[in-house]
Amino acid sequence: MVDTALAADIGWMDVKTVITGICLVIGCFFIIVASIGIIRFPDFYSRIHPAGKTDTLGQSMVLIGLMVYEGFSLVSVKLLIIIIFIFIANPTATHALANAAYVAGLKPWQKGDRRK
Amino acid sequence: MSFILTAIIMFGFWMFLSGELGIIFIISAVVSSLIVAYISHDLLIGKTDIRSGFSNLLRLIRYVPWLIWQVILANLDLVYRTLHPSMPIEPLMIKFDSKLKTDTGITILANSITLTPGTVTVKADRNGEFMVHALARGPAESLLEGTMQAKVRKIEGSEEKRNV
Amino acid sequence: MFESAALAIILSAILVLYRGIRGPRICDRVLAINVIGTKTVVLIALIGFIYERPHFMDIALAYALINFIATIAFLKYREMGRLD
Repeated sequence: MVDTALAADIGWMDVKTVITGICLVIGCFFIIVASIGIIRFPDFYSRIHPAGKTDTLGQSMVLIGLMVYEGFSLVSVKLLIIIIFIFIANPTATHALANAAYVAGLKPWQKGDRRK
Repeated sequence: MSFILTAIIMFGFWMFLSGELGIIFIISAVVSSLIVAYISHDLLIGKTDIRSGFSNLLRLIRYVPWLIWQVILANLDLVYRTLHPSMPIEPLMIKFDSKLKTDTGITILANSITLTPGTVTVKADRNGEFMVHALARGPAESLLEGTMQAKVRKIEGSEEKRNV
Repeated sequence: MFESAALAIILSAILVLYRGIRGPRICDRVLAINVIGTKTVVLIALIGFIYERPHFMDIALAYALINFIATIAFLKYREMGRLD
């Protein structure tokens, strides 16, 4: 009786750890791809695409993994607040950057131009 | 009205962040949330009608799952474009009039455009005119079809023009 | 597990730092700073889990707010030439 309860407990822990690991791996993959994109893309307007999208999803995936690991507690509520804030603030910051570059008169890169 | 509502929201937020239930913590929570509500109650709620604001919030929550699906699609698209050796991008700028009227709708549409495949908002003004940078011709055309604008207009609902 | 995730995030922050150093324009540098800042938020949360200190989540939340305000303030200064 005790043994089965223990086994069920271990099984749930394993499932939780595996879900956390998958979320962390996906999140880290997206974050690294975002960094590669920021290095590889040819001009400023293309570079804000990875910064605004891939980074947002990657960070949210890592934080969701931490939430799953933590279970339901005050810490996971705080993580949820951080996720909502990132989802609102990250696109806004990118939009502000793009607008500043546009006001400063930066022209977008066309196919065939030299990379800058 | 907006003062009391802001104070209640701030108090709830404080309780979520601290999690302490001692009497000194409760007193400092009440005092500081009242101070914050006095300073900034016109920023959070403003002159919005509470009831229509609440139904708008419900419609916004119904919009979120579609947005998350679009975010996942956007990321797969961007991962493909980033890791492809020859980098299949062909950037262009497009301009369109979204016919949105309220500040809320314009903000939601601007953030959604940034989060969805291949497009980033560069300029959005209060008359609803948008300037968008697209990574390729396909995403720009699918944005101009106007599915997202229709969804955001539905969130905006019956709210009249506020931003005079 | 958390340690390797933290190492991956540090690696990607170093990759972005290259763009921050090399970036031909100020905009590129501000972009790099903003991205590194948001990565730092996740890193602080991970460190809180590695050393089992839940209070690090509060620091992560505050850092997210500060990072956003810093970017917006810098861009406003560049656009208007003043901050008042």
